[in-house]
Amino acid sequence: MFELIFFSLLNGIVTGLLLFMLASGLTLIFSMMGVLNFAHASFYMLGAYLAYTISLYLGFWVGLLVAPILVGLLGAMVERYGLRYVHRWGHVAELIFTFGLAFLIEEVVQFIWGKDTKAYHEPEILQFPLFTFFGQDFPAYKAFMLFISIAIFIGLLLILTKSRVGLIIQAAITKPNMTAMLGHNVPLVFMSVFGVGCALAGVAGVIAGPALGTFPGMAVVLGSIVFVIVVVGGLGSLIGAFVASLLIGLLQTFAIALDYSVNDLLQVFNITTDVDSALRDLWTLSLPQIAPILPYLLLVLILIFRPTGLFGKRET
Amino acid sequence: MKRAIGEGVRYIFQGNSSGVANALTDAIKKHNRRNPDDRVLFLNYSAVDPALTNEKCNYWHFRFDANADMKMNAMTDVIKTNDNIKSVYIIGQDYSFGKAVAAAAVKFLKEKRPDITIVGNELHPIGKVKDFTPYATKIRASGADAVITGNWGADMVGLGKAIGETGLDVPIFTYYAANDGITKTIGASGKDKIRLVHEGVLNPVSTDAYKAYHEGFKAKNPDKDITQYRIANAVQMLAAAMEKAGSDKPIDVAAALEGMEFTSLHGEKLMMRASDHQLIQPIHISVHTDENIVFDADNSGFGLVVENTIAAADTELPTTCKMKRPN
Repeated sequence: MFELIFFSLLNGIVTGLLLFMLASGLTLIFSMMGVLNFAHASFYMLGAYLAYTISLYLGFWVGLLVAPILVGLLGAMVERYGLRYVHRWGHVAELIFTFGLAFLIEEVVQFIWGKDTKAYHEPEILQFPLFTFFGQDFPAYKAFMLFISIAIFIGLLLILTKSRVGLIIQAAITKPNMTAMLGHNVPLVFMSVFGVGCALAGVAGVIAGPALGTFPGMAVVLGSIVFVIVVVGGLGSLIGAFVASLLIGLLQTFAIALDYSVNDLLQVFNITTDVDSALRDLWTLSLPQIAPILPYLLLVLILIFRPTGLFGKRET
Repeated sequence: MKRAIGEGVRYIFQGNSSGVANALTDAIKKHNRRNPDDRVLFLNYSAVDPALTNEKCNYWHFRFDANADMKMNAMTDVIKTNDNIKSVYIIGQDYSFGKAVAAAAVKFLKEKRPDITIVGNELHPIGKVKDFTPYATKIRASGADAVITGNWGADMVGLGKAIGETGLDVPIFTYYAANDGITKTIGASGKDKIRLVHEGVLNPVSTDAYKAYHEGFKAKNPDKDITQYRIANAVQMLAAAMEKAGSDKPIDVAAALEGMEFTSLHGEKLMMRASDHQLIQPIHISVHTDENIVFDADNSGFGLVVENTIAAADTELPTTCKMKRPN
């Protein structure tokens, strides 16, 4: 049991931090422009595929550096030449624009790279078990993922709170018009933040590709969960996104690890259930089976009881 | 289907989804009842739902793949002889096929090795799991000596890789863990672990005739693999049945196909069982490895080497099929 808890804790943190890399960009973009970027996870997928192609010729490390930059540039162009035009017709148009973009990117990826799973592997230098605990290996690559995500979190936090750029960004988030009046180029700030947000998603894709698989469905499996994190954490709050990512990561891992069913819960209260009753599907429902919907349950509860999210200041 | 029939097509090949096959077999049955002069044959090369040759069987449907129960029967025959396996973990996708695999595994293991404990029987959402590590951790912690899964596609890759990464070294019995990028992506992490149940020997090379066929295919399609050899069996047997019947009318061909015996390019004897139109053929259990590979998959150097062969007669399972034959 301790083995299970220990590894679930580690896995949960790795998953959570990976989610954070996606959520951090999304929450900044959302709070700044009011746009729910549905295509955010698609940039994550693009990052993985671009890094895969680069890694075939130049190795993993070049891919890790170059792919996010390419994705970031693409994101900036999407903002400059797409979103900025669409913005004139309001938020709904922007929303639909990113929605369409997500499908477009998925189709383009399938068109270029095909439908099958790509053999995108960890660099050989990281292909060893870092330590073995209770006979179970912990891969070094997972530790590398942990390290990169924590570095990015600290870096982002420092930039946003300590640097001049961070001040302008924070100002542009809360009072865009006032910031523009003071002579700052707000559209440029928007474009940069969108680009950096996409680049972060790209980084997440590059490091998640080898671990979670590089296939055309990779954006879909992560896409919706990232929105949950942004809302649960609170809009525009980096700390909120961080806490919510870890929370969701751990929630999902532990829900799979712990085999409890509704029946077990009822037995705690000394209620016995009838095996043949019509509701028996409900009694036998186990935690791993409902694991995928738990984050959405949390989303609904948060929206009802704390619409600003855990750390947010604005209403969603 | 209406469109295909409208265009004059009288032989329908289909596979890859039991859902589609169930709908097709009903539609074709209905069509043939209403149009006795203009019948259609359904040649199913991959849909493995056992129902298609049991309670839902009909005269116009022929299956060239072993059904899910036969495959599980073959797998458990292998598990039966392996005394090192004392506990088994079953994991699958949460839909009809995943459930059918789990049910068959429980049933056959109970019959053949009542001493084996099933330490886990789990379904996960299909195509929605982003990370299989928590499942792999759980399997590892359960202390299972073998894993059985019907997963395919990205779910198979994710599961195979995650189990490999935990350092767990037990056989993983699978239905679909090869080709289409899966072999290449799992690569070394699944070596000597992944076992696959399939028809048609790839390594060691079976016959010169098959060697020529495989090399011819690779010369034309260097990036592709012969993923479902049974399709070749189906086409060859259809051609042989047409010759034998001396006609291309579905009703004559169906009569010729029923009970037909055929020797495949692999030199294996195949028989289309008359009672339920299920092809009876030798089934092989192969291991995923990069040693002694002549014909690899995904051009990765990794491929399948046959470890166990279940003779055609031993793969047969009783059928509940009672089909109506045309007079």
